[in-house]
Amino acid sequence: MAAKDVLRHSIWICWKDLLEFSRSKMRLVMLVLMPLFMMVMIGFIFPSSSSISNTPIALANNDPGSLGTGFVQQLEIINNQTGMMKLITATNFNDIKTKLQNSEVNGGIIIPENFSSNILAGKQGEIIVVIDQSNPQMSLTIESVLSKTVAMMGEQMAIHNLNVTYQVSMTRASSMITPYSVQFKGIIPGEPSYFQFVAPGIIAMVVMMALMTGLPHAISYEKDMGTLDGMLAAPISRLSIILGKVMAQTIRGMIQGFIILLLAVVLFGVVIEGSILLVIALVILTVFSFVGLGILITSFADKEETATMVMMTFMFPMMFLSGVFFPIQQMPWYMQDLAHILPLTYATTALRKVMVLGADVSAVGTEILILIGFGVILLAVAVPMFRRAMSR
Amino acid sequence: MTQNTIELHQITQQFKCPKCGHIAEYSGRPNERVIVTCTSCGNKGTITLPETIPSPQSTNGHAIEISYLKKMFGDFTAVDDVSFFVKKGEIFGLLGPNGAGKSTIIRMLCTLSRPTNGSATVAGFDVVKQASKVRQHIGLVSEKMIMYDELTARENLKLFGNLYNIPKDALDKRIDELLRLVRMEKWADERIKTFSTGMKQRINVIRALVNQPEILFLDEPTLGLDPQSTAEIRELIRRINSENGTTIILTTHIMGEADLLCKRIGIIDHGKIVALDAPANLKKIISGTDVSTFEIEISNLNPRIMSSIQSLSSVKSLVQEDTTHLLVRANGGDAFDTIIDSLRKNGAKVRMVKNLEPSLEDVFLQLTGREARDKVSENNVSSTGSGHGPHRRRASRRIR
Repeated sequence: MAAKDVLRHSIWICWKDLLEFSRSKMRLVMLVLMPLFMMVMIGFIFPSSSSISNTPIALANNDPGSLGTGFVQQLEIINNQTGMMKLITATNFNDIKTKLQNSEVNGGIIIPENFSSNILAGKQGEIIVVIDQSNPQMSLTIESVLSKTVAMMGEQMAIHNLNVTYQVSMTRASSMITPYSVQFKGIIPGEPSYFQFVAPGIIAMVVMMALMTGLPHAISYEKDMGTLDGMLAAPISRLSIILGKVMAQTIRGMIQGFIILLLAVVLFGVVIEGSILLVIALVILTVFSFVGLGILITSFADKEETATMVMMTFMFPMMFLSGVFFPIQQMPWYMQDLAHILPLTYATTALRKVMVLGADVSAVGTEILILIGFGVILLAVAVPMFRRAMSR
Repeated sequence: MTQNTIELHQITQQFKCPKCGHIAEYSGRPNERVIVTCTSCGNKGTITLPETIPSPQSTNGHAIEISYLKKMFGDFTAVDDVSFFVKKGEIFGLLGPNGAGKSTIIRMLCTLSRPTNGSATVAGFDVVKQASKVRQHIGLVSEKMIMYDELTARENLKLFGNLYNIPKDALDKRIDELLRLVRMEKWADERIKTFSTGMKQRINVIRALVNQPEILFLDEPTLGLDPQSTAEIRELIRRINSENGTTIILTTHIMGEADLLCKRIGIIDHGKIVALDAPANLKKIISGTDVSTFEIEISNLNPRIMSSIQSLSSVKSLVQEDTTHLLVRANGGDAFDTIIDSLRKNGAKVRMVKNLEPSLEDVFLQLTGREARDKVSENNVSSTGSGHGPHRRRASRRIR
């Protein structure tokens, strides 16, 4: 059959699918709502360091000396500038423990009795930070914020002491106390945000979902309804059917992908650094790499129900293993190895490089090649399988 | 019942009955000796079929030729070495109970299902090797409607017309023509989901005609339709056949429908063709035997009377038509006498007895030993619930 006919028939099938889709108001609403929910949900559930503000922290000053009071005063001055903590007075460790258990505070600071006497005796003054083990994410943040704050206070105290006691100039004093200073500079302007990180992954994921859920659903639904027989009994290539369905699902997935892109830019201030054309090309490439998998699932699943189950089994590991939500570098090595056999990993990485870091084609060449490889291999397996499944 | 089974296979040969001279076609494997019963006089005899197998390419004016067609689903044989042909321009019926293999045969002929064994040609093309050629010449009205609910009637027809590569102008004309044929012009641009089942089926049938097929397959075309829509669809089928000369092969489990529409009928049971002939000739299978059907009206019909008739050895089946009417099939010359005797003994008030002409239903029963539909059990169940006083009381007592 001529390639022109295959394409023409598939366009008609795509036209039919999209027409059917556009007639269902519910589906149209969901088309927009799904990415919106996804973006809002993912953007807000994960904590970031900037989410620490006005966090209730218990403060127990058990030091009878003046240095403890001085420490508290300084802490309050710093906190008034940053607004990170809401300091709540407590009496001792047990009091803080009760407050933690009652969720009144998220952590605590204890200035022990011997704080002043130790410092005056030429020893280090110890500060105890109480953390909440039931909330590791929050503990981690409080730990780092408080230890940074205490270290900073210590430095300032040291500089002050040098300045007052030995008449060393302030600049000299600070270079003596902290000889090294660090400056952070990103390769693109602006602060890193979780949205920046997650938006490219979600675009890749939504496109993947459109094909992995949409395609098996679209075909097995028609199979269950009996309408697929009409197309199979018509003198058209089996390829036209699958191609038409793929086109329709791709258009649907792309629309959702662009809604996400739009939301990310307009609502969440994500900046696309790279070329938008390259982003579109990568999204289309992502589609190509997943088409085979979608067709494969379709061929195996004879009923709509089975298709949904098979698809779910594959989709969730892909979603969480492909670095859409968490960087794969944080995973243990075996999980990283697993992540590297999933096409979504490469799609996400490539999109992230282009969108966030402004990379050009040459920087994502490896990913592009791997995605093409996945697409070709999966299609080579899936198309014969589909043909066989259709003439059972 | 096996002595009445006429199995049709690749070789079809005409034989003359030595007793009455009736000529009939009989089929079987090459060189096979087949015991046959003359459809005219009931005379039994043995025939030997010739050896030569006609080449499958020679269509002999046949729209469809099937030889040794077999379909297995795992261990289950859905279609078992079926062979027959359908002549050009005829309405051919495949009659049989649900699960007999009718739909499977249709699906194989429409290239939707690959035969496990055997071959078939449709419009002269092999269903496996020349599937896409076959598809150009056929239309399919499947048991499930091939239509998209969210699309309008016209959009549905347009989609399929385009899949058949019909040029736009010709297609628009064709669609209008088809809509006029079923008087649905007014509803052309309404969505299918707003239609009644009867309207849907009319569109479903013309959808299969969009490519002006030589051969139209209809799988249970009146299933689930109300009586009026059923009549409309039957009339439409007749018109399609007579006006365009379209060959039609339809499946049904309704004897009356096959009798009404079909020129020839193949009765199928357990994946095998058990008889194949014109309806009138099939009925002669019965008239040659001593099976008769009586319709009896009894004003005081009760379960006791029914069970007494059922227990008679000559009675083969008993169907309760309504509260007073019984349909009794019995064999043996004295069947009528024994039934009347039994009725008298049980104090039945007989209003009327009618000896009915044999129907296809009788033929089917004779050939397979069971009803096409499980009418007996259906009616027994319903009579327990909705029957008359004493019956119901007795039934409920039994339950306690």
